[in-house]
Amino acid sequence: MTETLLEIDNLSVDYETARGDLKALRDISFDVNRGEIVGIVGESGCGKSTLISAILRLIAPNTRFRNGAIRFKGDDLLTRTEDQMRALRGGDISIVFQDPMQTHNPVITIGKQMVDIQHRAMTSKKEKLATAAKMLGAVGIPDPEARLKQYPHEFSGGMRQRIAIAMALMSEPDLLIADEPTTALDATLEVQIIERLKDLQRDFGCAILFISHHLGVIAELCDRVVVMYAGAVVESGTVREIFHNPKHPYTRRLIECDPGHIKARARILPTIPGEVPDLANLPDGCIFRDRCDQAVACCAQVPPLTRLSEGHNAACWLNHAEEVA
Amino acid sequence: MIQFAFKRFALAALILVVAVTVMFLMIRAVPGDPVSIMLGPRATPELKARLIAEMGLDQSLPKQLFIYFSGLLRGDLGVDVFSGRDVTTIVFEQLPHTLKLIFSAIVWSALLGIGLGCYAAAHPNTGIDRAAAAISVSFIAAPAFVVALLSLLVFAVYLQWFPAIGVGEGFWDTAWHLVLPSLAIGLSWVGYIARLVRASMLEVLGENHIRTARAFGLSERRIVGIYALRIAILPVVTVIGVGMGFLLSSAVFTEIVFARPGLGKLVIDSITTRNYPIVMGAVLVSTALFVISTAVADLINAILDPRARSGT
Amino acid sequence: MTDIIADTSKSRSELAIIIAGVARDPLGLIGLIIVGSIVFSAVFASWIVPYDPIAMNIPDRMQGPSGTHLLGTDQLGRDTFSRVISGGQVALKVALPAIFGAMTIGLTLGMIAGYGPKWLDNFLMLLFDTIRSFPTVMFALAVVALVGPSLQTVVFVVMATSIPTYGRVARTQTLTLRNSEFILAERAMGASMARILGVHMLPNIIGVLAVLAAMDIPTVIALEAGLSFLGLGVKPPTPSWGVLLKDGYALIRQTPWLVVGGGLPIILATLGFTFLGESLRDVVDPKLRKNR
Repeated sequence: MTETLLEIDNLSVDYETARGDLKALRDISFDVNRGEIVGIVGESGCGKSTLISAILRLIAPNTRFRNGAIRFKGDDLLTRTEDQMRALRGGDISIVFQDPMQTHNPVITIGKQMVDIQHRAMTSKKEKLATAAKMLGAVGIPDPEARLKQYPHEFSGGMRQRIAIAMALMSEPDLLIADEPTTALDATLEVQIIERLKDLQRDFGCAILFISHHLGVIAELCDRVVVMYAGAVVESGTVREIFHNPKHPYTRRLIECDPGHIKARARILPTIPGEVPDLANLPDGCIFRDRCDQAVACCAQVPPLTRLSEGHNAACWLNHAEEVA
Repeated sequence: MIQFAFKRFALAALILVVAVTVMFLMIRAVPGDPVSIMLGPRATPELKARLIAEMGLDQSLPKQLFIYFSGLLRGDLGVDVFSGRDVTTIVFEQLPHTLKLIFSAIVWSALLGIGLGCYAAAHPNTGIDRAAAAISVSFIAAPAFVVALLSLLVFAVYLQWFPAIGVGEGFWDTAWHLVLPSLAIGLSWVGYIARLVRASMLEVLGENHIRTARAFGLSERRIVGIYALRIAILPVVTVIGVGMGFLLSSAVFTEIVFARPGLGKLVIDSITTRNYPIVMGAVLVSTALFVISTAVADLINAILDPRARSGT
Repeated sequence: MTDIIADTSKSRSELAIIIAGVARDPLGLIGLIIVGSIVFSAVFASWIVPYDPIAMNIPDRMQGPSGTHLLGTDQLGRDTFSRVISGGQVALKVALPAIFGAMTIGLTLGMIAGYGPKWLDNFLMLLFDTIRSFPTVMFALAVVALVGPSLQTVVFVVMATSIPTYGRVARTQTLTLRNSEFILAERAMGASMARILGVHMLPNIIGVLAVLAAMDIPTVIALEAGLSFLGLGVKPPTPSWGVLLKDGYALIRQTPWLVVGGGLPIILATLGFTFLGESLRDVVDPKLRKNR
């Protein structure tokens, strides 16, 4: 019986700027169950970063929560105090960031940083160092005891990202958020890290919220996928459903344009024409309308996220026409 | 690390060598008889002859330079015309007074400056922050010796809270005598350091690794006080090292204003009495002090920042 | 990528924009007002002063501030207020030539260092570093000891100690610009080094140096005042602010108003120029950042 770990319920988040309110997230809804790996796919500006910062509440001062709830183990995080949130960060919810080169403090040893983040544990410093060494070993860093005394700049990018994963998993969190962890690494490293992540997830049993724009990795790693575009969820479902039976024009185009997907050699690679809309001046109706090659008259109304089948939701009028037809 | 230290001190030595050469050439460049210049108008013929022999003034310029340097390496800065004592001894007698003054100024201004800078960085763009910024700039602008004179006028002469002259005896008396002078010297530094720390801290606090620290639930105090400050403070170390020159200059004036013994008073008195060997000796020693302090600052920087060691 | 000033008509309106930007900042505005007043009173000193600043009047000596003498008189009966105003003239007479000279020489050397061969660069940098390794006042005292005190000596010393600052900045800017696209394009078209330095690099570097100069003026004024205070600067009866301080210090209990009269203008001047310089830097800086 799967238990809902994280429930994003109609979340709307704005940024207050001089130009007006940037509607970064509009009525976002999806779930992450215990032990599940959920991927979030979308291009820049889709709201992935806002979503992550909202969950952990590491937000910019001009962020405004307009609507909705973020329920973690049934408890709405938006009602928690800052101290309560701090108790959660690096404890039950951990995060791995995108850029491994800047993610660690450059003047403090890796060992000390890994000891510091164990501040909740009631163990001695020696025990914390031992735990740190064990985690480094688990992510594939050779000779961990010695390397604990080293500084971040003495490690390569790939190794630093492994350390970041080790740090995130050290507290055995219920939820690990991975914000494009392999985007800054080259392809071979990416494969290694993803494999390692899969193994670790099996061992630790945590849920993972995996953000990426690399469809191949999503397909490889995730159980379910949420497709986001310009601050809205356009489609969500199992990996199988989404990749084999996409129900939203944007998802279809994304898959078509993915370099890994293209079978025939072509001079010109396919892209999605047009640009992401301005979040401060949103167009009426469906958010994808201006770039959609299948837009119809009723797209002037915002399509609701509709449940099409078990675990497959999409926000597109075309699905309704089908149903009706 | 050792390698870095070695290289850094080698550079310092090189600069010192060039500096000494420049001084040497300066003395030679002045029109007139170098012996009279060196010893002043009161020199006796015997002393002149002795100097000519010692310094090889009858020999070629490069040879003279060599003799000068070998003398320096032996710690010989020449001889005082009036007392017959070593310039080295005289200068080093006065040096501790100046050093005491400078260090007390650095300590209070650095501590206060770092504290204020951290506070401003933690509460950016508030009314207090802006006011503090304006005040900092004002402090930076006011020249030390003017502050010294005005504080002498107000606090010593008028209000009579502090002594106007001298060093005092015994620990507490000495400390009391140090208040106004080190205030005068340190005042511009507080503003400077506070601003530097604030800018540095704000920059560091915006960096990704601070976001990571927050994401792991570390306390704000630990993040600001250790994780951010360790990095933000590096420019301050360098600034103080480089500021030694400025501090020495301020100290000269302050010693005169408060009639305190030290290098400043020594140099001024010697200029008035045309006692050139002492002037040159004191200038050389203060230059050496400056060069060494910048090297030490770089070294401390390398200790605190592991990236600096490997040149990353 | 680069927004370079290539013709003077554009730079004239640039100046207007810069001044407007400074005036918008409250501290910058204060700086402008103070500097403006000082420059004005320095230029028109001979017309403004109520008394001749060097005229002695022994019967009226050492009088406190009054209706006839706004800031009292000194030990030789000279009117303090008049001396304060003339002191501004002296301060600028020292500061402006010294800074202008230092800027010109520093700029030239810096550009050569940045653009020329590596050995020249290393040599000049070593020279700069060495000059900077002398504590300024100590160096000044050494020169004064050798050459004797005078206005010219002060100007020379101030110039010599400032050159490395401008030199370093000019060099850094030159190095940065050296590899920028438009310079490479010019070289590809066969432009000579003189032309590149003079016509293309110069306008971009001047902005930075101008800000530096504005920030440097307080230091220079303070140095002149300091040397005069020690009796090693301008020769009497020239009324420098430092000399006022010296006279006041000698008889501090009897004529404290001299200390105030000498000290406050220095603080005002340094404050004014510093505020102005800071504001100028804030206005000019974002433009520079674009150029990088």
